[in-house]
Amino acid sequence: MEGTAVLGRLTWQVAQVTGAKQETPRVRTITLAPPGWPGHRAGQHVDVCLTAEDGYQAERSYSIASAPEQALELTVERLDDGEVSPYLVDELQPGDGLDLRGPIGGYFVWEADDPRPVFLVAGGSGVVPLMAMIRHRSATRSTTPMRLLYSSRTIEDVIYRAELDDVAAARNGVEVTQTLTRAQPEGWTGYARRIDPDMLREVAWPPTEKPAVYVCGATLFVQAVTEGLVGLGYDPLTVRTERYGGIGG
Amino acid sequence: MMLDGNAIGGMMLELFGREMTMVVSTCRSCGATGPLASVDVYMKAPGVVVRCRTCESVLMKIVRSPKRVWLDIDGIRMMQMEA
Repeated sequence: MEGTAVLGRLTWQVAQVTGAKQETPRVRTITLAPPGWPGHRAGQHVDVCLTAEDGYQAERSYSIASAPEQALELTVERLDDGEVSPYLVDELQPGDGLDLRGPIGGYFVWEADDPRPVFLVAGGSGVVPLMAMIRHRSATRSTTPMRLLYSSRTIEDVIYRAELDDVAAARNGVEVTQTLTRAQPEGWTGYARRIDPDMLREVAWPPTEKPAVYVCGATLFVQAVTEGLVGLGYDPLTVRTERYGGIGG
Repeated sequence: MMLDGNAIGGMMLELFGREMTMVVSTCRSCGATGPLASVDVYMKAPGVVVRCRTCESVLMKIVRSPKRVWLDIDGIRMMQMEA
């Protein structure tokens, strides 16, 4: 009974896959219908568990991409030597079941009633939980100003490319700035280098605006961005980070 | 493979019965404080090793078998959380 009580707070369940959408050659969004879903907050994640025929289990965390107002969606990047992500990106099909538990996390979360302007910084698949925040802003008709600075290797690697173009074109308070670090298409007007202190100074709110800051990506990326922001005068305690993009499998 | 404390949010929720990533821990070794969300987490060890981001001391070790869990929090001097 004791075990049941503890697990009751966070129970594994089988969610049915109701849709799948290829975002880039390496990234796919999976729509899920967990039977008992308490709802989530923008920025939270779920744990996914795969069990092999011999009983071997592998658990990984994946950020929720959808707003709390939408069906549960995970966006997953395939890591070629990963144990879980290749299955989620290449094998899993609508109608299949997936073991998951969640939602999880209280730190890397944005609430639509937070009055501060928001600065979002993403490296690669680190954009996923930040997209949940942008979508939550839109779903709640929030007028909170947001800026997204998003770094990808090439234009083909940009996740949610069309949706981000729409968000930027709507000009209703979300500014999207992109940088492509490896190759740029002809006529590219965004940045073409890794995020550095100069770029942060140009794109970020001044620290005097006291923005909420969320940075998500691979460890070295997050470290560089955080150091850059602190160098600009940001209080490190106001910079919320999630380091995982590009690792973990 | 280095992650951060967000990645073990589910495991900690399972062990402690509450959301833990917002809990502020104090490192026994160097005294650094910060939310458990921002500690360094190594998952490839036989178990999970949690280290201080400032001094790299081991804060916490978690080893699981199908029937038991071993949780060593010797490297944490204090945890503060909302009541």
